[in-house]
Amino acid sequence: MGDRDLLRRAGHRVKENAREYVVTYIFLVLSIIFVAYSGRPMTDIFYQLMSRLTRNLFIVLALIIPIVAGMGINFAITIGAMAAQIGLLLVINWGVTGIGGLLLAAAITVPLAAGFGFLIGSLLNKMKGQETIGSMILGFFANGAYQLLFLFVFGKLIPLNESVTIVGGTGVANTLNLTGSVGLLSALDGLWRVTFSQALYGITLFAVLGSVLLLILKKIQRVKAFVTIGMALVFVIVYQIPVVNHSLQNINIPVITFLLIALLCLFNVVIMRTRLGQKFRAVGQSRVVANAAGINVNRVRIIAIMISTILAGWGQIIFIQNLGTLQTYAAHEMVGLYAGAAILVGGASIDRATNGQAIIGCILFHTLFVVAQDAGSNLFGDPNIGEYFRVFLCYGVIALALVMYAWRGNSAKKAAAREHARG
Amino acid sequence: MSAEYVLEMRNITKEYGQNAVLKNVTLRVKPGEIHALLGENGAGKSTLMNILFGMPVIHTTGGYQGELLLDGETTRILSPQHAMQQGIGMVHQEFMLIPGFTITENIKLNREISKPNIVSRILGEDLESLDMEAMRADARKALGSVGIAISEDTKIKGMPVGYMQFVEIAREIDKSGIRLLVFDEPTAVLTESEANQLIAVMKDIASRNIAIIFITHRLDEVMQAADTITILRDGKLAAVREKKDTSLVEMASLMIGRGDEGVIAIDAQAKTQKEQIALKVRDLHVDMPGEALHGIDIDVREGEFLGIGGLAGQGKVGLPNGIMGLYPARGEVEFFGEPLPLNDAKSSLKRGIAMVSEDRRGVGLLLDQPIEDNIVFNAMQVNGDFLVGPKFMQLRNGKQVRAFATKMIKELDIRCQSPTQHTGTLSGGNQQKVCVASALALNPKFLFVSEPTRGIDIGAKHLVLETLVRLNREMGLTIVMVSSELMELRSVCDRIAIVAEGKIADILEPNSSDASYGLAMSGLKAEGGEAL
Repeated sequence: MGDRDLLRRAGHRVKENAREYVVTYIFLVLSIIFVAYSGRPMTDIFYQLMSRLTRNLFIVLALIIPIVAGMGINFAITIGAMAAQIGLLLVINWGVTGIGGLLLAAAITVPLAAGFGFLIGSLLNKMKGQETIGSMILGFFANGAYQLLFLFVFGKLIPLNESVTIVGGTGVANTLNLTGSVGLLSALDGLWRVTFSQALYGITLFAVLGSVLLLILKKIQRVKAFVTIGMALVFVIVYQIPVVNHSLQNINIPVITFLLIALLCLFNVVIMRTRLGQKFRAVGQSRVVANAAGINVNRVRIIAIMISTILAGWGQIIFIQNLGTLQTYAAHEMVGLYAGAAILVGGASIDRATNGQAIIGCILFHTLFVVAQDAGSNLFGDPNIGEYFRVFLCYGVIALALVMYAWRGNSAKKAAAREHARG
Repeated sequence: MSAEYVLEMRNITKEYGQNAVLKNVTLRVKPGEIHALLGENGAGKSTLMNILFGMPVIHTTGGYQGELLLDGETTRILSPQHAMQQGIGMVHQEFMLIPGFTITENIKLNREISKPNIVSRILGEDLESLDMEAMRADARKALGSVGIAISEDTKIKGMPVGYMQFVEIAREIDKSGIRLLVFDEPTAVLTESEANQLIAVMKDIASRNIAIIFITHRLDEVMQAADTITILRDGKLAAVREKKDTSLVEMASLMIGRGDEGVIAIDAQAKTQKEQIALKVRDLHVDMPGEALHGIDIDVREGEFLGIGGLAGQGKVGLPNGIMGLYPARGEVEFFGEPLPLNDAKSSLKRGIAMVSEDRRGVGLLLDQPIEDNIVFNAMQVNGDFLVGPKFMQLRNGKQVRAFATKMIKELDIRCQSPTQHTGTLSGGNQQKVCVASALALNPKFLFVSEPTRGIDIGAKHLVLETLVRLNREMGLTIVMVSSELMELRSVCDRIAIVAEGKIADILEPNSSDASYGLAMSGLKAEGGEAL
């Protein structure tokens, strides 16, 4: 009897898990198939994937707080990216180079993104329940304002150097180069790079020493410490297999960038253990109850969006310094869409997201991006098919997430009605 | 505490536009007393409480006249937060709890205990880290004082409804400096034993010199718990009574103001009962979450008014829902001698069994549709009535619908502006009557009525029950009524089956002793019938 009950519950849990992570599993299977058919060497795929993670992970992680605060996927991070691009333009114009230039751009981003975030949050407060779509449309709208700013205000009203304006016209040039004398290319990534094996051994050492230290200080359970050490050792051993070793050989890891990403992960966790974080979660789960407890719901929501917008701006700076060129009028356009799709692929939903989901989603989503074109041409004889497929997937995932959210909401409502009927 | 009253609301008058909802009402609450506030829906109880809590709806509609004194000092409460700071707490009827949070987190919501850290010293106390240990300790203490044994780390989601009520109370008690607690219909969702526990907790709180305003529909609980009773009627003060000087009957009549009609008492008229069995149920199992039935046998005679009673969650609601095919069921059911297929809602309806659901807003009504369409909708779908035109393109017969709806509105006394008013804008009692009308439109031979009086005021209750009795006595309709209110069942039914733990514990006469009912409710059968 007990056994059967246990089995039934285990089965139920598996089913729940499958339903919640259906998108993730589909992407996992697709990724494996595509990688197999792309015909590209693993070395290359891993290399590409790593540089895409360096570029994108920070922005994806910037989506978490608004989701927890019940505001859905903040597609308006596009606007944070625009703020960052204003900062970068000024830095390039002033000729500040290197990490100093990036820090200055990041500093300029903060007040701009905070201001924009305040406006976005205030607007989203007027359209509660439709934040996801609202922020998406807001992103499109802001694009218009951005063009006005970059084509007319800069250059005409605020004088710029010739090197950053359209030749023979007004407004900011189409492409801003960060390489050469501008000196912003990889200004962050290049600070400290290590090879994969250095990183792996370094992290292993850190994990083992850390666990032992915590164990001695009795701050951690014995099981947990041993599992951590064991896992680190397993990774090291697996790495000794020649195939694995070989395919990871080319990878360079920008340490500082990944430290920043790790810091953001930590921030996302720690903020939830503060008064403010408790407010985010309360507002996210029930505005009515939060309000009754005296929480200023609108203020909390605005703070969530402001933090997200600033973080997205910093994420965009990381993205552009890695890429080396700033497509003035296009670089921000897909930011919200790609980041949103990535976090959804990881199994997040409109009302629930974690660091882990963001990271897994980012890995799967970008793996598919790396191999889609080659797989398309090998499977269907046309690289464009892979390209279409990847755009299709992007919007498909977002549409699916919205539908599933509505569907879950409906069944929850039905369950509540049943509960009510029960009395 | 020098003042005699912790709260004094003097000569309060409140108008919404031209409409005066409170006229010169005075409420005086002593420290440490349980003060019941009685009144029908619309008597002005909620408006009075809105004023006490400084709800925005009061300020945006021009405020109120009169004086509000806390511990003898004139105060004007500006907002719900301000009320909270003044030590006034509220236990809501709709739970103000966050399902995904633990009990601790809910109790401490927005009053978290936190420790400063480096960041918070710069950016303010919003970023202080939570001290979960201290919060848990407080939560444990508050839970202990309401007497429920449950871990403070339990999430609200999935908790029994009764427990949520106690968590709400624990949260209010945990607030420091609380001096007045308002309980808004706290027993509406509780089982009888939980309600008794709640009353014990209320008495315990009151003994700590915290005053309680107890808003309820249930008069017997008032008699059990209250020290003083203020009764409102139509926005005016009807009476203030000490408990020892009043009685159930007097309170009911003061509330209704129509003499003794308040306490439901419909004479059991003599009537001819036929011997034919209308519904024969054998070994019926119903898989309804929270109201499961595990094998019941019962016979319902034609023309009978059978009551189904029992505590919440024991399965009484499962019977109508199972036979109507709304929840999976198995067993044997015969309807007028013919086997009735189960799990097939349409076939039950086609044979002339109709049901007024307990979930009138969810299942029973289309809230943003007019009354008349709600009344005829099922009949149109099931029997093809109220339609005109050839088979392949039948249209709604507007004239016939209007005529029938008008007739029903008159017969059942549905208070509305017109048959085209949306049902969502009706009061609970009138919505219930629309549900009854919709069931009658099917021309049923057999009617299930589930919790017909839940959440509606005494006046409307009386009308709904009277209607049902009339249908039974005058039109010979066989009715099975499921209700949580035993008094109600005993006043209108011919026999009453008590369901406990998914089985029928006993079938009793309306005049059986209270003890037999009490035993049946707890799953026992009184030995030797009426011996107890």
